[in-house]
Amino acid sequence: MKNIDSRTHVRGESIYLDDIPVIRGTLFGAAFGSPVAHGVIRHLDLTDAEAMPGVVRILTYKDVTGENQIGGIVPDEPLLAEQHVHYCGMPIAFVVAETDDEARAAVKKITVDIDPLPVITDPREAQALDELIIRPRTFRLGDTATAWEQCAYIFDGTADTNGQEHLYIETQGAYAVPQENNGIKLYSSTQGPTAVQRAVARSSGLPMHQIDVDVTRLGGGFGGKEDQANMWAALCALAAHVLRKPVKYALHRMEDMAMTGKRHPYSSDFKIGLDNDLKIVAYEATFYQNAGAAADLSPAVMERTLFHCTNSYFIPNVTATAYCCRTNLPPNTAFRGFGGPQGMFVIEAAITKAAESLGVDAAIIQAKNLNKTGDEFPYGQKAVSESHICWNKAQDVYEIDVIRGQIAAFNDTSALYKKGLALMPVCFGISFTNTRMNQARALVHVYTDGSVGVSTGAVEMGQGVNTKMVQVAAHVLSIQSERIKLHSTSTYRIANTSPSAASATADLNGKAVEMACTSIIQRLKAVAAEELQVRVDEITLKDEFVYWGDKKTDWYWQRLVMAAYTKRVSLSEHAHYATPDIHYDATKEKGHPFAYHVYGSAIVEVTVDCLRGTYEVDAVKVVHDFGVSMNPLVDRGQIEGGIVQGIGWMTMEEVVFDKAGRLRSNALSTYKVPDIYSVPKQIIIEPLKTEQDNLAIFRSKAVGEPPLMYGIGAYFALRKAVLAFNPTAIIPFDAPMTPEKVLLALYNANAIRSTMPFANDHTANSLEINP
Amino acid sequence: MIKFILNNKEVSTAMPSGTPVLDFVRYHQDLTGTKIGCREGDCGACTVVVGELKHGELRYRSATSCLMPLGNAHGKHIVTIEGVNMDELNPVQQAMADESATQCGFCTPGFVMSMAGFCLSKTVPTPQNAIAAVDGNICRCTGYKSIERAAGRVANRLKQRSAEDPVTFATKQGILPAYFSGIQERLQVMALGLNGELANDNPVAQRVGGGTDLYVQKHDEIKDASIRFLFDNADLKGISQIGNHCVIGPSTTVTDLIESPVMLAHFSDFNAYTKLVSSTPIRNMATIGGNFINASPIGDFTIFFLALDATLTLNDGTTSRELPLRNLYQGYKTLDKSPEEQLEQIRFELPDARARFNFEKVSKRTHLDIASVNSAIFITVANDVITSARLSAGGVAPIPKQLAKTAQFLTGKPITEELIIESTAIAQTEIAPISDARGTEAYKRLLLSQLIKAHFIKLFPELNVKQLLAQ
Repeated sequence: MKNIDSRTHVRGESIYLDDIPVIRGTLFGAAFGSPVAHGVIRHLDLTDAEAMPGVVRILTYKDVTGENQIGGIVPDEPLLAEQHVHYCGMPIAFVVAETDDEARAAVKKITVDIDPLPVITDPREAQALDELIIRPRTFRLGDTATAWEQCAYIFDGTADTNGQEHLYIETQGAYAVPQENNGIKLYSSTQGPTAVQRAVARSSGLPMHQIDVDVTRLGGGFGGKEDQANMWAALCALAAHVLRKPVKYALHRMEDMAMTGKRHPYSSDFKIGLDNDLKIVAYEATFYQNAGAAADLSPAVMERTLFHCTNSYFIPNVTATAYCCRTNLPPNTAFRGFGGPQGMFVIEAAITKAAESLGVDAAIIQAKNLNKTGDEFPYGQKAVSESHICWNKAQDVYEIDVIRGQIAAFNDTSALYKKGLALMPVCFGISFTNTRMNQARALVHVYTDGSVGVSTGAVEMGQGVNTKMVQVAAHVLSIQSERIKLHSTSTYRIANTSPSAASATADLNGKAVEMACTSIIQRLKAVAAEELQVRVDEITLKDEFVYWGDKKTDWYWQRLVMAAYTKRVSLSEHAHYATPDIHYDATKEKGHPFAYHVYGSAIVEVTVDCLRGTYEVDAVKVVHDFGVSMNPLVDRGQIEGGIVQGIGWMTMEEVVFDKAGRLRSNALSTYKVPDIYSVPKQIIIEPLKTEQDNLAIFRSKAVGEPPLMYGIGAYFALRKAVLAFNPTAIIPFDAPMTPEKVLLALYNANAIRSTMPFANDHTANSLEINP
Repeated sequence: MIKFILNNKEVSTAMPSGTPVLDFVRYHQDLTGTKIGCREGDCGACTVVVGELKHGELRYRSATSCLMPLGNAHGKHIVTIEGVNMDELNPVQQAMADESATQCGFCTPGFVMSMAGFCLSKTVPTPQNAIAAVDGNICRCTGYKSIERAAGRVANRLKQRSAEDPVTFATKQGILPAYFSGIQERLQVMALGLNGELANDNPVAQRVGGGTDLYVQKHDEIKDASIRFLFDNADLKGISQIGNHCVIGPSTTVTDLIESPVMLAHFSDFNAYTKLVSSTPIRNMATIGGNFINASPIGDFTIFFLALDATLTLNDGTTSRELPLRNLYQGYKTLDKSPEEQLEQIRFELPDARARFNFEKVSKRTHLDIASVNSAIFITVANDVITSARLSAGGVAPIPKQLAKTAQFLTGKPITEELIIESTAIAQTEIAPISDARGTEAYKRLLLSQLIKAHFIKLFPELNVKQLLAQ
């Protein structure tokens, strides 16, 4: 089934936040963000700004009617800065004016005197100064301290990954409309309507039941609108509450890029020990997470780094520690993979370091250490593993030996170009690691004309969740999908939702829809049995008709619905689903946090232009564990999109902050995401259809995040290609592998020295921007 | 009043002529299918199709409406996504839907419009060309593979077109709404009623060509400014060959250049070079004169024409003078040009059969990106001796630069691998790159040396590549 929004999407008729017809009297907001990354506000001068045409009001922290606080996990984030500023772009004031242009013009007239304080941008520096947002956490399995003795080979090193800008094409925004008796109707481009509702309630001082957050769809989220939509919603709601006027703020791209957090950069240390048979005996990792200036979701992201620190491998002795480091960058936040990719990059780097040092192919070490069913993860859960079957199937169907032969032959004859290949297995746990969030509700109404309205807590942001919800309802009710309408996500219809995140949205909300529809169907069957005067267990519904045994009756869907209504039988249901079997004890760091894992294996092939340092990804060939896909079209789109986003993170997407904490890659002209020419020439996806039962909706495993990590293979394939040209290249494990890093590695120290005599001592951290 | 046809309706507006078309259609015409993604021409979410009469013929091209002032829409046909909707999905829309090439949907109208522009253009309908039509559209969800498949379907749908006029074919085949068939006549009628609406006597009015740089750099200032529009000034357009010289009007767009038989005849790889320059909608809007005058140290065509030692004609309204392009740049964004002066003409000597030319560009993303370093070379060789050479490079100094010393060093010497390697060392002495978001100084220095080698490797295949790469 195609995405239910396809038609309105391709006609430009789908409504996003900035498309909502503006109500008469609407005012427009714009935030004034701190121009410095760390300091104490001495004086904020609003005089000139207030005199600008159209300005209605400029709000500061003094105007906050509730608590000046929007922090989710940790209350460390004011809505508007009071005395301290902690990052460039931190909102200090909120201008409200009659037009969008007037609001932004006034923002430019605001001045602020700030006594600067030292700026920290490096997580290791923050850790050394004990600038930690939460206590460090350590996952342990076996005992690494004694295991080193059993190792024939031990290697250590560091591995760094940079951040990643979400670059949803629709920027952040909110539109708050005051209702009678202090209520607020709030349109927000958010993945977490309840998170917005909570932040607004807290900062406005209104009870949650006064705040209806309504979301039709997002123009992309990728985690960036999970908690970071709260700020703009809370600012608009506050202004609407104070001024009793509708207030709207749709961020400009530069505001969005400068003021919002991104994927967490990590700097990590690893130590890996192997026996003579290349089995990994012990692994230690220390992760320094660059959390930015406030907690946001960083503690949860850090936790998932630990959960995925061994990726698809079984390692009997593991010690992994993570530090949540406070720096003076915008608070970093959720991004597809949620810390998992950062953890996986480090174990892959460790394996690669071992392989390169030992002169073996990394794939040999990878293959020898894949987990199998029954193996224990460092957090105590036992694997139900598809690792070997995905890996082996990928080797077979894609004829890896043939590929290797072709690459070797190419590299032998080509002087200008070299090819590289890497394999990337993935094992990703599905569930919110915060167990209590694994719950969802659905509200299903059957109307007397036979049409059906479904509301859930799921937010549609392109991942196709609403399409899957329609499929669930249509299947359980045995009716055509055209009869079903997915309603917008509203905190008035569905309360206490979890954000659409963690790949779990279709599972959680789909199960709730299934339960609600099942209850209605049971009641309708009882009505049919009574009308037909037969036993209820003899009744089935199929293709909109009631069947008595095998016999199709003349009771069709609308007739049955009307009969139920006439008999005063409820045609509505509100169902609640909570994932069974999951638990986690953070004091012991052991438990069973995931409903299941998604597995897969990718082969990534690249070609490097050894003259220019540029490169292309030739192919990504995947065997992916779908369980049983309920929507192969939607799922394929998720995999292709995830792979390309992962490759972007590993190759061209480079978030650049200077030492003063200012974002230098602050526009699409300086921050490059993949375009149509930079994607792999070929992406092939071979499904692994697994039969055993799992906790996924209709056994169709979650597909949102896992494919992103196939992209990590691009980094290691590029490394291989560079080494094919220059076997003495010294390549730090430092993603992304930009054309710059490739070229510098191809021509290592010698070439750089020969062109360096005239160079000044510039580094990426002391940048002058070239407008 | 600015007048144009917006979809199927004549509109006129007294809004400032510098207002971006994007804001006009979204916020004043309630056509919200055109989306805002970046407001700097880099995402394509706001793509529209622009139809204009050229020598009596109706021609359509895609454009990013965020960078297009209303003044440049005057007398034209502006088509938004709403203007290509019919009761049923059109074949572009159907292909996008069938291939699941839409996920969040926010970028989708832009892709549809780029492909609609492709259907209305005379471009040969191959799948590669259909993909090229969306080279200015960014999608963050799909990974593009489904969009590639949709583009293939669209190209296939146009296969039967052969020599037929694209607009006639598209309307007859139900690819686009029937009203398109009447646009040519409506524009002709409208043209009769247009008379000097955009005239501006202010000698120092802000001059706007395609707007593709000005609207990125100075959006807030320019939207309400007093503007002299150059884009549609017929006196400033055109490419012609006069003897062994080529004369180009500064309002010539990059696309005009790509379609010019003169350029194609003298630069066999011209299409490959231009594929590295911005994107289809930007190439449709950006003018060569604008590329020179905005004085970016890294303008792709500035570097191209520096190697050709182009000469400019400037006119301040009373007198005109000639100025070599290389002398236009006095410092970072500082020009040897008074505010009253206007660039009237660009002239360069066409390379003859003995001359070889090459253009190189490396950026973080190969396409739709600003160069880290770009370079061009013009060289003639006789009996293995370099008889003349001109080399230019961008991104390595505050101005787009001719590398005169390096060229001089090369001239008169036998062409050898050693010579080339030595020349890269000379080049290092005449540049001063800075570290910025497009690369560190060390990278830009190395990259320039590599691009000089790349020029020679491409132009002289007999050279020993391994030897050149070894150092």
